[in-house]
Parts: sequence; structure tokens; C-alpha cells
Amino acid sequence: MAVRRKPRLAVFKFSSCDGCQLSLLDCELELLAVADAVEIAYFLEATRREVKGPYDLTLVEGSITTPHDAQRIREVRRISKTLVTIGACATAGGIQALRNFVDVEDFIRAVYARPEFISTLATSTAIAAHVPVDFELRGCPINKVQLLELVNATLNGRKPIVPRHSQCIECKQKGTVCVMVAEGKACLGPVTQAGCGNLCPTCDRGCYGCFGPMETPQTAALARQLTELGLDGRDIKRLFQTYNADAEAFRKESELHG
Amino acid sequence: MASRVIKVDALARVEGEGSLHIRLRDGKVQSLQFGIFEPPRFFEAFLKGRDHSEAPDITARICGICPIAYQMGASQAMEDALGVVVPRPIRQLRRLLYCGEWIESHALHVYMLHAPDFLGMADALELARKDRATVEKALRLKKLGNDILETIGGRAIHPVNLRIGGFHSTPPKARVKALAADLRWAIEQSLATIKLVGGFDFPDIERDYTFVALRHPDEYAIHEGRLISNRGMDIPVSSFLDHFDEEHVAHSNALHGFALPDHAAYSVGPLARYNLNHDQLAPLAKQAAAEAGLGPKVGNPFKSIVVRSVEILQVCIDALAIVEDYDEPDRPFVAYQPRAGIGHGCTEAPRGICYHRYELAEDGSIVTARIVPPTAQNQKTIEEDLHEVVTRNLALDDEALKWRCEQAIRNYDPCISCATHFLKLTVDRD
Repeated sequence: MAVRRKPRLAVFKFSSCDGCQLSLLDCELELLAVADAVEIAYFLEATRREVKGPYDLTLVEGSITTPHDAQRIREVRRISKTLVTIGACATAGGIQALRNFVDVEDFIRAVYARPEFISTLATSTAIAAHVPVDFELRGCPINKVQLLELVNATLNGRKPIVPRHSQCIECKQKGTVCVMVAEGKACLGPVTQAGCGNLCPTCDRGCYGCFGPMETPQTAALARQLTELGLDGRDIKRLFQTYNADAEAFRKESELHG
Repeated sequence: MASRVIKVDALARVEGEGSLHIRLRDGKVQSLQFGIFEPPRFFEAFLKGRDHSEAPDITARICGICPIAYQMGASQAMEDALGVVVPRPIRQLRRLLYCGEWIESHALHVYMLHAPDFLGMADALELARKDRATVEKALRLKKLGNDILETIGGRAIHPVNLRIGGFHSTPPKARVKALAADLRWAIEQSLATIKLVGGFDFPDIERDYTFVALRHPDEYAIHEGRLISNRGMDIPVSSFLDHFDEEHVAHSNALHGFALPDHAAYSVGPLARYNLNHDQLAPLAKQAAAEAGLGPKVGNPFKSIVVRSVEILQVCIDALAIVEDYDEPDRPFVAYQPRAGIGHGCTEAPRGICYHRYELAEDGSIVTARIVPPTAQNQKTIEEDLHEVVTRNLALDDEALKWRCEQAIRNYDPCISCATHFLKLTVDRD
């Protein structure tokens, strides 16, 4: 009987901070078990060994910001059976998508003395804007428990169990006092997808939206509430324009303020 | 004699995307380029017009490996601009948080990114197949770093709890004290690590570097101090830009740092800190370094793996002292009013000094931002090291020479995501 080949896992990086792929190495207690279950075939941050595709599960970190990367993601898709984006950059363009709201030439001139050396696109876009994506894992960074669930689910041919409800539900489940109601702090929790582990409200600060918009976000209602709390248009725009600025619901709401 | 080309198109076991291209002719290096093709992300540009209070969280996103370096540098620069003085208990808690990042980042680099080079292995997973117990202990050490980050910062990557003036909230005493037992284990494990890596074979090379690091009067500097060098420089952080600058070269998306006035290369990071602040290491760390064969001065860049291990020990000792001394501060942060001003911040990221400067408007909005990350500063030195490594190792075949060059780059634990803000190696032998 032929020996069954281990599923091949690949990790590819585009424009990003490396934090989401580090989340895999941060699974300290589970990493060796994962390495027993899959063949880590391509993962530059961890190994110089490269096994050619096709790959069974490909994790993609980062957004598309150069003409070369727009080509490279097509090749990655071609050699990937299941392609999953990990994190806010790959899923919504990331913080670098703030360029989508301005003239990128001004940005280049602001940072680089020799703009002619720089090759970049005018926009930072999500992977799904370029190729079909099988699943998107949210977060800036992703939650490693959700990452392990994703790998487990994919290897077992099922859909990962990842909630789409709001951060507010996480606060209620955990018994965290509402920082907006009790302390009048600005909080994106009502419109942000849960999954971070209820971090910011537990630290006595408002959610700043790193998991991006929830399933049906009522951003206009939240913006009205933020106005009542005393935030001006610029504050509200800033709040919606961070790590998931180019996610549709956040982008549209942000453009109504300023 | 024929020419050779050595190329690494995508360097592994570094953070971010880089490449190396070397062209040799008649046994001499004709050209050598350590390129960074990580796409630019324009942090300094989009920080303009943001509120000063957003800078720590936004700049953290420059790097998922060393977010504290950015959060801390940005917070300190803002506090400098706003005239905020952070009381000692908060300052100590910040140092403990930073110790967590050093332990996590150094343990990751020593065991998972750098040690495989010395063992002739592709990665730490290959090591785990031969010696699972060692890798399990390494991962436990790394996890302790993350546990500290989570206890104080709420999250290991891009922590959420640091703010201008202090923290959003301070951790309960019992949670901090609970770190002590693991830190005592980590001190023993760090000693074992120093012994292990001290026994590696080191390529023979000694260089006379210009080292630059922070120095603090009372401690092995991490998050504050004056900037000093082994060439007699001793300046406040606010004078950084009078002494250092960056230039933009065609083969790289990172700006290359150099020291004024003569555009000389300089070195930041573990080797620089060790050479400049050896006298401030804890007695146990000094002794362990000596037993591993390190004198008070180290000029072999390949021994950075031993120095990094000594630094893990040092910060475990420091962290334990802070944990034992911890009481919940009266207030988590110092309140302040926004105002116009200019502020500077500089801290020792695991890879070396990371400088921030911000100019604020009356309402606290950011007018200009300037960030000089460690890998940009080391880039020129890395190219000089590579020049020497290649010249000394011409007898190696292309594959072995390529690997040796990769190892030489990894000596600096380069964080290319930071420097652009990764590595392709190509060697041309005509």
C-alpha cells in the first residue's frame, strides 16, 4: 500500500509587517504537532528549504502594492489547492491602504529622496481583488487559536468555525463592562468582528477595529453615537481609517466624515 | 580566471523580503548588493495629519517581530514633545514589557533562524527531528517572552495596552508575580543556551566596527539612555540626526544609514551593546559569557548568536527583579494636554537602536514623522561584512558560499519589514 503523502503547507508574504506569519511560529506549544501533521513546503521566514508546489494549503500574508506582486499572486493561486488570506493586509489592504485615499506620488516624495527608484502601485489592495480566495482570516494580527482551527478544519475538509458577530458579543460573553456606555470612550466594538479575544475593552480602552467589519455593521448608527460622545468628523474619520481602512463598510463610513 | 555570480533571490529565515547579488572576477568582488525589495509602505507619509495618540499603535505595524520597539519609541517621542514625565513604576513596567520582546525575538532568532546555519540544517524543524527536547525548551523560552507581552500588553504581536503617558491599564499584581517561576527556569535555560551556542564553530573573521548603542548610567540600556560609540561619541537622543543620516540607493527600498560626517558604516544591535555596555552586565551574565569564550570585546559578527544568548540571560535576570519588585501603580498613566512641539525617542530594539522624531501641531496632530529603524542602519555594515566573507571564502563552491553569505546576513537578524520599511542573493562569477 502506498504511503499517504502529508498535506503540503505553504506561506507566502506580500506587503506586510510579518506579524501574521509569525503567529504560526508563535504557536509554541502546537508548532511541532503541526509540523508532524503537514509538510512545511514553503515558508521563507522559517526555512531555506523550498519544495515546489502544488500546495494543499497556502496561507497568504500581505497586500498587493507592486506590479510584480500583482503577477506573483496569480502564480501562487495557480499552485494552491486551498488559498487562505491571513490578516488585515491580505484581507483588506492593511494600514498601507491609507495610500488609496491620497495621491501616492506625494507619499513617495515624502519618504524617498529618489522617487525614480521606487516601483509601486497607486493602491494597496486585498488578495481577493486579484484572485479567488477560499477563506479569509481576520485580524491585525490574526488570532493564533483561529489559525490552528483553520489549519485543522482545512486538513479535515470542513469549514473553519470562526464567528462573524461583533466584538460586543465577546464583551458580553466575557462579562467585560462596556467602555462606551460606562466611560464614554469611543469604541468600534459594535461594528467590528469578534475574534481578538476581547482585548482592548479588557484593557480599559475602546476597540480600534483590527478585525475589520462584522457581518452586517451598522456604521452610521455608531457614527451618530460617536458624535454624541463628542467626537468631531476628523476623529470619526481617523477611527474608521486604520488597519482595515479599505474594507468596504469602513471605507464608506469614513468618507462621510472629515 | 573565470568570473562567478552568486545569487540569492529570496533570503530565508529573515523577516521581510531581501536579496543578494555578488559578481566576482579574477577572485575579486566586482560588485555586491544586499537588496531589500520589500515593497514600500510609506509610514512617515500617512502619519502626517494623524493624532499623536495614534502613533504607537500605527507604527507598531511597521514590524510584527518588534512592535514594542515602535510603540515605545513613538510613546517616548510624544512624551518628549508634550513634556510628560513617566513615573518610575510605569517606567519599570515598560522595561519588563520590553524584556518580553527581547526574550521572544532573541529566542526565535537564536534557535529557529540562526542556529540551523551552524548545524548545517535548513531549519529548526530538522533540528527537532534529531533533538526534539532542545527545540521544545527553545519554544518554551520563546513562549515566556510572549507570556510577558500578553500579561502587560494584552497581546504578543501588536500589543494594545501601551499609550502616551503610560498604559491604558496596569496588570494585577498576582498575574505579574506568576511570571517569576518561569523566569527562574528561563535563567537556567539561558545558561544552557549560551553553553550550546558557545560550542558552535565560528568562521574566522574579526572586524573593527564603529559600534553605536544606548547607554544608561544604572542598567544594561534597553529603553532609555544616551547614544554612545566606541569612537568617543556621547550624545543625547535628540542629537541623533546631527550625527547620522540615510541615503537612497537604487538596489534597495530601504534607506541606507550612515554616520556623519564621512558617510561611514556603523553597527547597531547585540554586538554593539555588548562591546559598549559589557561592564553593566549582571555578574552571572558576565561569567557565562567568559565561559563561552567571549572577552569584553567581540569583533566576530558570527559570534552575535552567543551575544544574543547572553542578552537573553541578562533580560531574564532584569525581568525577574522587576517582577519581584512589582506593585500595582496608583495610576496607569499620566494625563496631559496636547500642545505644539518636537519630540525624539530612541530605544534598543532587539536588532539595535530605533529612532523616532515627531513634530506636533497645537491640537496634537502630527506635522512630520521620521523613523530610522535598526536594519537600515546596519545595511552598509552588512555589505562590508559580506565583502570580507566572500573574499575569505572564494575556495567554497557556489552553494556553500551562498549559504555562508546568508549566514553572515542573519548575523544581524535583519528585519527587512522594518528596513523598508528581504533578500534575493545572486552571485555572478564571470
